Amino acid sequence: MTQSSRPAGPPPRGPFAAGMAPPQKAKSFGASARRLIGRLAPQKRLVILVMFMAVGSVTLSVSGPKILGRATDLIFSGFIGSHLQPGQAPSGEVADMVQKLDVVPGQGIDFGALAEVLLLVLGLYIGASLLAWLQGYILNHVVQRTVKQLRSDAEAKLMRVPLSYFDKQQHGEVLSRVTNDIDNVAQGLQQTLSQILGGILTVLGVLGMLFVVSPLLSLITLVTIPLSLVLTARIGKRAQKGFVAQWKHVGALNGQIEEAFTGHALVKVFGRRDDIEAKFRAKNDELYQASFRAQFISSIIMPAINFIGNINYVAIAVVGGLRVAAGAMTLGGVQAFIQYARQFSQQLGQLASVSNVLQSGVASAERVFELLDVPEQTPDVPGAMPAAVRGEVRFEDVGFRYKADQPLIDHLSLIAEPGRTVAIVGPTGAGKTTLVNLLMRFYDLDSGRIVVDGVDIAQVPRAEVRKKLGMVLQDTWLFSGTIRANIQYGNPGASESDIMAAAQATYVDRFVRALPKGYDTIIDEESSNLSTGEKQLVTIARAFLANPSILILDEATSSVDTRTEVLVQEAMATLRKNRTSFVIAHRLSTIRNADVILVMDNGAIVEQGSHDELLEQRGAYHDLYHAQFNRAAAPSSEPVAA
Amino acid sequence: MLWRLLKTHLRPYGKELALVVVLQLAATIATLFLPTLNGDIIDQGVARGDAGYILRVGAVMLAISGLQILCSLAAVYVGARVAMSYGRDLRGAVFHHVGRLSAREVGKLGAPSLITRTTNDVQQVQMLVLMSMTMMVTAPMMCIGGIIMAVREDLSLSRLLLVCIPVMVGSIGIIIARMIPRFRKMQPKIDSVNRILREQITGMRVVRAFVREPVEGARFETANAELTDLALQVGRLQVMMFPIVLLVFNASSVAVLWFGASHVADGSLEVGSLIAYISYLMQILFSVMMATFLAIMIPRAAASAERIVEVVDTEPAIAPPAHPVLPTTKSGVVELRDVEYRYPGASAAVLTGISFVARPGQVTAIIGATGAGKTTLLELIPRLSDPTAGTVLIDDIDVKQREPEELWARVGMVPQKAYLFSGTVASNLRFGNPQASDAELWAALEVAQAKGFVEQMPQGLDSPIAQGGTNVSGGQRQRLSIARALLREPAVFVFDDSFSALDLATEARLRAALRERTRDATMILVAQRVASIRDADQIIVIDSGRLVGIGTHDALLQSCPTYVEIVKSQTEQLEVAA
Repeated sequence: MTQSSRPAGPPPRGPFAAGMAPPQKAKSFGASARRLIGRLAPQKRLVILVMFMAVGSVTLSVSGPKILGRATDLIFSGFIGSHLQPGQAPSGEVADMVQKLDVVPGQGIDFGALAEVLLLVLGLYIGASLLAWLQGYILNHVVQRTVKQLRSDAEAKLMRVPLSYFDKQQHGEVLSRVTNDIDNVAQGLQQTLSQILGGILTVLGVLGMLFVVSPLLSLITLVTIPLSLVLTARIGKRAQKGFVAQWKHVGALNGQIEEAFTGHALVKVFGRRDDIEAKFRAKNDELYQASFRAQFISSIIMPAINFIGNINYVAIAVVGGLRVAAGAMTLGGVQAFIQYARQFSQQLGQLASVSNVLQSGVASAERVFELLDVPEQTPDVPGAMPAAVRGEVRFEDVGFRYKADQPLIDHLSLIAEPGRTVAIVGPTGAGKTTLVNLLMRFYDLDSGRIVVDGVDIAQVPRAEVRKKLGMVLQDTWLFSGTIRANIQYGNPGASESDIMAAAQATYVDRFVRALPKGYDTIIDEESSNLSTGEKQLVTIARAFLANPSILILDEATSSVDTRTEVLVQEAMATLRKNRTSFVIAHRLSTIRNADVILVMDNGAIVEQGSHDELLEQRGAYHDLYHAQFNRAAAPSSEPVAA
Repeated sequence: MLWRLLKTHLRPYGKELALVVVLQLAATIATLFLPTLNGDIIDQGVARGDAGYILRVGAVMLAISGLQILCSLAAVYVGARVAMSYGRDLRGAVFHHVGRLSAREVGKLGAPSLITRTTNDVQQVQMLVLMSMTMMVTAPMMCIGGIIMAVREDLSLSRLLLVCIPVMVGSIGIIIARMIPRFRKMQPKIDSVNRILREQITGMRVVRAFVREPVEGARFETANAELTDLALQVGRLQVMMFPIVLLVFNASSVAVLWFGASHVADGSLEVGSLIAYISYLMQILFSVMMATFLAIMIPRAAASAERIVEVVDTEPAIAPPAHPVLPTTKSGVVELRDVEYRYPGASAAVLTGISFVARPGQVTAIIGATGAGKTTLLELIPRLSDPTAGTVLIDDIDVKQREPEELWARVGMVPQKAYLFSGTVASNLRFGNPQASDAELWAALEVAQAKGFVEQMPQGLDSPIAQGGTNVSGGQRQRLSIARALLREPAVFVFDDSFSALDLATEARLRAALRERTRDATMILVAQRVASIRDADQIIVIDSGRLVGIGTHDALLQSCPTYVEIVKSQTEQLEVAA
């Protein structure tokens, strides 16, 4: 194996892949929720800060009413005082009521003291609001950062899944996970994180107060807690199911819509609008049913908890009333207890309703995690290609199958010498494209190996292999952007003069100059500002700029006019110069000029050699040549089709 | 925009809406009644230790509470139904409308954006409706009830309401006003995230071949960062709402105590009334707060509504005629009369003065340089675009006067880009003719020279096809899309360079079989190779949007220099090769 002379090692992708969470099959609310919380870990400090602020904010807003009570007392005692003659002591019933107040007979409301108390309360409230604001502010950052990372991870994941994954998925469904679901996770986190924290703290605080006031009555209240929890859990479980179904249907509908809009014109011309709409309606209806169920079930929780709160209230009143009658408790005590119990059940209800939002968010998170857990292509092995690749390619006893029971390529061996052009011919389905896919390492071999300049390409990172390979496909995929940016795609570091040189060498320059905006013309999916042939030239320029050592050309398309075709051919010839090229050949000129012709059939190479050698053998190539090219080569002979 | 969208699509649910109002009214009255009973239990029952009274009133209280729950559950049930139906209807309406648009409008709005508008944007408006369903009666009732009680208790103190309600509404209003423009910017960012991802998925092979994963990652990162940035801005405004509401809430109660104290001092207000007053105030402000939660949703829903309305308001450039004309003869004759086409806003025409007749049983081939307007010309025939001047007639009737569905049933089209839908081979073939039997499918495959490879597929007709047809080769895709068009059994076939990915031998076999099968049909095809068209009944030569020659191969060789040039260039090329 050739040793790499490059000082810079390969990109460290191995450890990244190894650090991935293991795929979790058994999906549940708990597991997904824990994993979602785990995603907050990088912002642990901020989350802890938010927790402290929540404690502070709750403390301030709970103590507010207590201090405000002092203000009421001041007014009350001033009111009583002003009704008494100076020196007269309160007596009878009034005395009982005011014994705890500082009533100074004859003196009215102490506005100074009142102002003091009120200012203190106001200060507390401002503090509580400030804390709540700060808490929200930080949380906003935590959530948005987390969600941004989630989106990036999902996108990066798409780059690592095997290509076969996309064969089985509707694009819109995958898209929905990254857009709709992550959006929903964001909303869920934002709305629940602070409230859950504050809610739990308040519940605990109030529970403490209850025990201080009356341990006996607290026991009654305690009975309602498990009742509420069981109820919340049972309803919640169903709601969770509903939300999972809802977001699944959102994804399915998105897939349906994406495909319908992509094939818009076809749907119309084939008169399938009604049919497509019926399909859409069915999916739309399923989504409606699912989201209604989720919404309704989750909305039951809060009223149910409130009802339990009311039962609790009556029970406390009965027991409390009996205790008061027996003289074991004061009226004030019962009253305070009842107030706290109210607050308690209110908070419980609040928590339950927050849990709805959480259920929905976690259901979405689960779908995002599902995407993140898709098995990836085999991890890259660290290693490097030789810095200067000569371009010798050897297939050694290669075997490959897309489906386990269907061998596609078996025991295939071939050698391509550096700088040579290898033409691959054969009927459609013979395995020509598969051969290219294997060389590009789009798929992994089942047996044998492919060796480039002595290096087994399975033993180096994929990126390393692909950097040495250039590819021009039949599908002229260009992204929406300027022509310049699309050429530069092959080599982001290329200078303007490199781009121009590539454009000139591949005849792109000629037609681009005729465009009003030149290289700044935007290519987009829908508008047809470039013809197919022109697009193909751009893809050739893109490959040219990438300057690979080995080329793979799928020259099939002739959806270009003859003049452009000549240009495309010449551009490809320029591109092939001094490079090892594999050409899926359809043109006689290419085949004849090739150094080696591989004749493929049924996944095997049935013949190989030069044009003349193969013709002499009078084998498969001979037949193919005469069937395909003879008549085409002589346009003046009888018509091709009768 | 938002209002219009709400009004139009909520109209069918008038009865349900009324029911929600009644149910919520009942639930709210019950809720307001409960505190009085609570008070009674304490004053009359607990204070006197009267267990019997407590149990009696407690039972009443539980009954009312039960009633309240039933009512609110019913309200939630109906409300959720209405909100979800609303979302369903709106999605359906948008989807339906996009189906009516022509390719031009779909291109202008962009498929990725249309997808977000149909799903995400509708979702935003639907959420607003759902929230309104639960709050629209409760919040105003509590607010109005509270104000009435407060004013009755102390009119002069109620002037405080004139301060605190405007302060609250004002500050919320300012925040919302600042949120709307940001939301307006945010939805397009969701579009671009969607667009980039969609491009990456469709171009995954190219991305990987050029090792552009890092670059694509960076491109996505930019869009992601922009979206996150706006979300942060919006979030920052959003988190201000609750603390402000809380502060106004609390400051008001402090103010009531301060001003109320002097009323108590001068004897115009009882202490008990002061306490009651505070609870009324709380109730008013609580209802305002509920409205705030609703208000938080309005900006995003409004921005989304604008985007939805933009789609719904886009008039399809190609509208079906008001009074469609049915053809009396179904001859299948296609005629173009002095047709001109120019892109909207373009000064130069793509096509000018094109006239020809294509007859049944004949092959009409169109040839010309790239960018000569051949594809545009083909699109005029099934009326995917309308010519800017001149007319296109099929069966002697202007295509503009025909019912589109009926017209399309007459025309079988094989577009340049052979797009297949996710599903199976069979589902793609039946796309053109759902009733076709398996035998018919095989027959069409045979003509399209696709029988061989479909037979070799492990599951035959039921073999899976990935979206776009990416799991079969370009040549296979083209042949499947030809078979799909054959199954339509149309009178007119339009092939837009549909043999380009086939080798010459396959193409020759295919065209021979095609001729056999479509003996009586009008065949119009665009091709690049002279070999593909030299036996056509008439060849139309287009150069820079003009018709420069029409006739058979032999006639054109005599009369049309452009054609001679094309033939020469291809022959030379072959001679060079040979």
